[in-house]
Amino acid sequence: MRAEDTNTPTLVEPGAPVLAPGHTYQSVQEDIGSIVLTQSAGRRWMLCFAVAFLAVNMLLVAVIYLFVRGVGIWGINIPIAWGFAIVNFVWWIGIGHAGTLISAILLLLKQDWRTSINRFAEAMTLFAVMCAGMFPVLHLGRPWLAYWLFPYPNTMGIWPQPRSPLLWDVFAVSTYFIVSLMFWYVGLIPDAATLRDRAVEPWKQHVFGVLAMGWRGSAKHWARYEMAYLLLAGLATPLVVSVHTVVSFDFAVAILPGWHTTIFPPYFVAGAIYSGFAMVLTLAIPIRKFYHLEDFITMKHLQNMAKVMLGTGLIVAYGYILEAFFSFYSANQYEGFMMKNRVTGPYGPAYWALILCNILIPQSLWSYRVRTNVTALFILSLVVNMGMWLERFVIVVTSLHRDFLPSSWGMYYPTKWDIMVFFGTVGFFAMMFFLFVRLLPAISIFEMKDLVHKVAHAHDKKGH
Amino acid sequence: MPDDSTTNITGHRTEIISGDFPVTGRWGFLAEFREPEDLVKAAQRAYDAGYRRMDAYSPMPVHGLAEAIGFNRNAVAPLVLVGGVIGCCSGFMLCYWIAVVAYPLNVGGRPLNSWPAWIPITFEVTVLVASLFAVLGMLAMNGLPQPYHPVFNVPRFALASQDRFFLCIESADPLFDPVETKQFLEELHPDFVSNVEM
Repeated sequence: MRAEDTNTPTLVEPGAPVLAPGHTYQSVQEDIGSIVLTQSAGRRWMLCFAVAFLAVNMLLVAVIYLFVRGVGIWGINIPIAWGFAIVNFVWWIGIGHAGTLISAILLLLKQDWRTSINRFAEAMTLFAVMCAGMFPVLHLGRPWLAYWLFPYPNTMGIWPQPRSPLLWDVFAVSTYFIVSLMFWYVGLIPDAATLRDRAVEPWKQHVFGVLAMGWRGSAKHWARYEMAYLLLAGLATPLVVSVHTVVSFDFAVAILPGWHTTIFPPYFVAGAIYSGFAMVLTLAIPIRKFYHLEDFITMKHLQNMAKVMLGTGLIVAYGYILEAFFSFYSANQYEGFMMKNRVTGPYGPAYWALILCNILIPQSLWSYRVRTNVTALFILSLVVNMGMWLERFVIVVTSLHRDFLPSSWGMYYPTKWDIMVFFGTVGFFAMMFFLFVRLLPAISIFEMKDLVHKVAHAHDKKGH
Repeated sequence: MPDDSTTNITGHRTEIISGDFPVTGRWGFLAEFREPEDLVKAAQRAYDAGYRRMDAYSPMPVHGLAEAIGFNRNAVAPLVLVGGVIGCCSGFMLCYWIAVVAYPLNVGGRPLNSWPAWIPITFEVTVLVASLFAVLGMLAMNGLPQPYHPVFNVPRFALASQDRFFLCIESADPLFDPVETKQFLEELHPDFVSNVEM
């Protein structure tokens, strides 16, 4: 096989490779498939999974108590009726967006480097949307009536309001989940066939056989498959923009100072991609280390993600600057007060912490040395995740707590139940991710084979 | 039907199958190649030789392979368009039905048909239905899920999802001849030619 020729480096383009040299179809599927098929879980995985599972149990306790006692156990009140629940909802849904961006937009832009990170980025999207979806339902007060959110003929004779951003949100988030799930599953079908044919144990052959649905790699099937995949990418691209736009409408359509801004949709979408790429880095760096996937998730991937973070981070910074400018230029006393209160009010430290986390510290990404330092990138990704969470907290809480009338001002302090639910969803996300890494191929095998073929070809054209 | 086709998927090169096969119960002949380019060339030559009932199998999409076996009626894209149009209309009609027919609310005398507010839902339903048509349509046209297919009877076919490339000329083809077709495939220099039982 041509790619076996390891004497000369196989590069798609000058610079760092998107795939380490010397890989063949066999070695790719062996390295990726063996994590699922033959390697044992290992003590480190068991320990991580146990911690995540413990957190899920904490979530369960917090949610059961919430169902028994009602949302009064949270720190929410009037005026801050939306506390952690909406902060966490927006944070999680934003994290999900990088997965779709990597799998859909980078596919349309024919970026080779997406191949080794798209599968787990899509999985991240699914799990993040699951976490996000919990919060509005838990916040309902009577979560067992959550199906009232959907329009269906009912004996009460009432319908949800299609002019309300809250109903737009229901449609946007549920469409997003379904489309992300389909996109992810369609990508898995050929890989499930590969694992079906490689598995030795009959039960694994059966499980992957069912997942593969009888996929046999026919040329006609591939032709339809590629067309469907491409069109799904084309549909998912505007979808991801629309989802966070609709989420921002939840705020921007209200008349509250600090929410009622036209900058919100683009600024929310950029923020979502920013935090999402930070989360992909948070996940990719440990995975490539523990499962020795440095050949597939190369420094080029980490560098490119760092650059996307730097770019979207600057758009977010532009959003912050414009928010401040609007409050001044509108000459509206409520807008002006909102900004002053945000910067110097009781939640001022949160605002400055978010400026530090989202704008100042990430500027270090201009440095090549930081972009190529894995530890620094990992820490930076955590900083950005925290900063983006703080951003949503500042938007939700500081805007609500002091609006037009001083008589309706208040303060919001999260209770331990708020914190338990939040970290519980972090645990749920981690648990799902640990399961995913063990049970399904974390990197798309067939797309890596395609990359091996392309790399071999590029090599042929250059050399021999 | 026992024959001397290879049974060891990981084993070394075995002989090209020879001998007579019963005419009944044969799905076709399966030729195995190492490189995608060889498969495309072989498929092209089979098409030029007049074979139409054939299929090619590969572990990853191979550029130009579907065209080489004469497949050019990919109906996925028009189907997705149909799905998008259905979704667009039904999303808008749903909002119209709720706000104008089923539950009209007079908000300060504003018009009931407030269509700009319905664009987000219309858009989301468009994307949803188009995506469902793309995925379910692709699976349906591919005939999946399909638990059984004759090519899986060839033990070496397990490599079609690994690192080998296959061309199958089916016995349903009018030009198919147990001797000549096998000879034709052998002339394409495959690693193996196997008999595919029904």
